[in-house]
Amino acid sequence: MFSELGKFGAYLGQTARLMVGLPDYDNYLNHMQVNHPDQTPMSYEAFFRERQEARYGGNGKIARCC
Amino acid sequence: MGSIIKQAGWILLAVLGAFALGTIALARGETINALWIVVAAIAIYLIGYRYYAQFIGNRVMQLDANRATPATRLNDGLDFVPTNKHVLFGHHFAAIAGAGPLVGPVLAAQMGYLPGMMWLIVGVLLAGAVQDFMILFVSTRRDGRSLGDLVKSELGIVPGVIALFGTFMIMTILLAVLALIVVKALAESPWGTFTVAATIPIAFFMGIYSRYLRPGKVGEVSIIGFVLLMASIVYGGHVAADPYWGPAFTFTGKQLTGMLLLYGIVASVLPVWLLLAPRDYLSTFLKIGAIFALAIGILVVAPDLKMPATTKFIDGTGPVWSGTLFPFLFITIACGAVSGFHSLISSGTTPKLLENERHMPYIGYGGMLMESFVAIMALVAASVIEPGVYFAMNSPAAVLGTTPESAAAAISQWGFVVTPEMLQQTAKDVGEATIISRTGGAPTLAVGMAYIFSEMFGGKALMAFWYHFAILFEALFILTAVDAGTRVGRFMLQDLLRTLVPPFRAVPDLASSIIATLLCVGAWGYFLYQGVVDPLGGINTLWPLFGISNQMLATVALILATVVLFKMKRERFAWVTVVPTVWLLICTMTAGYQKIFHENPKIGFLAHANKFQAAAAKGEVLAPAKSPEQMQQIILNDYIDATLAAIFISVVLSILVFGIRSCLLALREREPTTVEAAAVPINTVSA
Repeated sequence: MFSELGKFGAYLGQTARLMVGLPDYDNYLNHMQVNHPDQTPMSYEAFFRERQEARYGGNGKIARCC
Repeated sequence: MGSIIKQAGWILLAVLGAFALGTIALARGETINALWIVVAAIAIYLIGYRYYAQFIGNRVMQLDANRATPATRLNDGLDFVPTNKHVLFGHHFAAIAGAGPLVGPVLAAQMGYLPGMMWLIVGVLLAGAVQDFMILFVSTRRDGRSLGDLVKSELGIVPGVIALFGTFMIMTILLAVLALIVVKALAESPWGTFTVAATIPIAFFMGIYSRYLRPGKVGEVSIIGFVLLMASIVYGGHVAADPYWGPAFTFTGKQLTGMLLLYGIVASVLPVWLLLAPRDYLSTFLKIGAIFALAIGILVVAPDLKMPATTKFIDGTGPVWSGTLFPFLFITIACGAVSGFHSLISSGTTPKLLENERHMPYIGYGGMLMESFVAIMALVAASVIEPGVYFAMNSPAAVLGTTPESAAAAISQWGFVVTPEMLQQTAKDVGEATIISRTGGAPTLAVGMAYIFSEMFGGKALMAFWYHFAILFEALFILTAVDAGTRVGRFMLQDLLRTLVPPFRAVPDLASSIIATLLCVGAWGYFLYQGVVDPLGGINTLWPLFGISNQMLATVALILATVVLFKMKRERFAWVTVVPTVWLLICTMTAGYQKIFHENPKIGFLAHANKFQAAAAKGEVLAPAKSPEQMQQIILNDYIDATLAAIFISVVLSILVFGIRSCLLALREREPTTVEAAAVPINTVSA
């Protein structure tokens, strides 16, 4: 019961962060470890900045509607 | 046995929906509870989702659960990430929901709640949700590429450039009309202006906090920002009442226009982490929260609709916007039924996050159903207000005059009961000096939301708070859209200039960026100013232009989807996209033609120009002009608006020609000619 609730809460947090363009950091770390073990993954801070720039940096991408 | 029980559930739902619709249909002439509309809409949405969306997914698209999506094939943990379908649904919905579905239905309520409700439900099932779903499918099968790219590769390079150009024009009108809504909501409202202005320093603080003090703590900083925001709403009431600060935060529409233009330029060159990103956190969470709260409010309060099912204004003589039910209702409702802009989102971030093809009906079709439901709620919020108050808020000063007495007299003549005392009392309840001619839809929605929220929580005492909360919630995401839109518009313009004007390629980056910013802000600023000084309220001119452009973009997207179906050799299912395409073409072409050539100066731009030209020739000066020069300016504006409508028509007609050509070419082939990314089984791709 509590673990179900915890899972739900985690998904809720993940949804809220993705709404503002921030994917899951743990998932990124996991991806880097499995597929690119030779590279050093970005720190959370660097990851946060990189994603912020990607979403808002004015590269012509439209991230929202009218 | 299990399947019989399941089918029985759907039959029960169908009966429930039919019963709700029947109740609405039979309740002519008496008030009806909003819940009937909500129940009817939800039942029909669910049935449409269960049967039509699944049909499109299974038969038309033939979605394959074993085919790897771009998110799994190209997974990089950043742009391409396989995402839980509920999480992605939230992301997609937050990206498509905006001011459009809220404002359109509010304006459409001038014809009564019934026409708007019917188009919202029918339109979303057969057109809007189909478009979002199809474009998501087309883009997902092509590595998540953008709409412009897809048009280029499926229809040709020339139509690709035309589509890009059309998108830029649409963007310009969109930004102008959004900015106009903010100006209309904040003009002469010190409380509203103060709270919206306060979001700028709050965002600065949040930006610095999340970059340097506690890097990346989005949830934490958003909660702090939210508390500050609520404090600014409460404090705004004191500011407005203050003998010095009240007048200091009271601005006319023209002053606010100047500030917005300056804001547009400055905000689009500031670093994104300082203003744009933190305010986007606030506006996104507030938007989702307010939508949820409104849904709960309508369920709990179960308000009666005071607006009649239809008003006499279906004949086209309405004061809020001009034109008959066909085609202008369909143009006015816009985003809640079908929105071309969604095709940019469905071919943007969403396809790159899709975990499995089988999630597409839920996210593409379901996400749009949710947006339509938001529009239904906006329609309800506008219809729970006394119709007399609704028309007092949404009619231009040119027909109402500026005093409660003159407004009440004018509205009573139309057959709606309203007294000057009612108008004054409503203004007092929401903490404003006046509610007369607060056009643009946002103030009306805010009064409706304040009514529903205060019934649920706090009563009359909190009505002013809820009103300004609703204004803030709309202004916040509109300003975020203006800021982000100017950045995107600048980028598109630089791209276009480099393609169309080769010498522009030699201009250094910084200079070209400044030129493009000024051009972009200048373009939407021009239409904004024109709207602000218009005595008919500006919305009259700009909203139909926006509606036409948005529906045109939807037409382009649906033509693209049709071409893809032909190229897949699935033309026997092409009616799925052809039917909405044809309907949208009929509506937008008729509306576009009428906006240019209609002999009524309230509708046709050229007739309006002729009226002013004739007066100018006789040496007369017609309002709003105060001098012969201003007369010439109005005539010029009319010609520019007419040209713009003509451009939208030609964009969509040329795409139509290219689309038909591509379909015919595909028909001649024996094999599918569409180029999709290679089909890779999902189990051969590592996580």
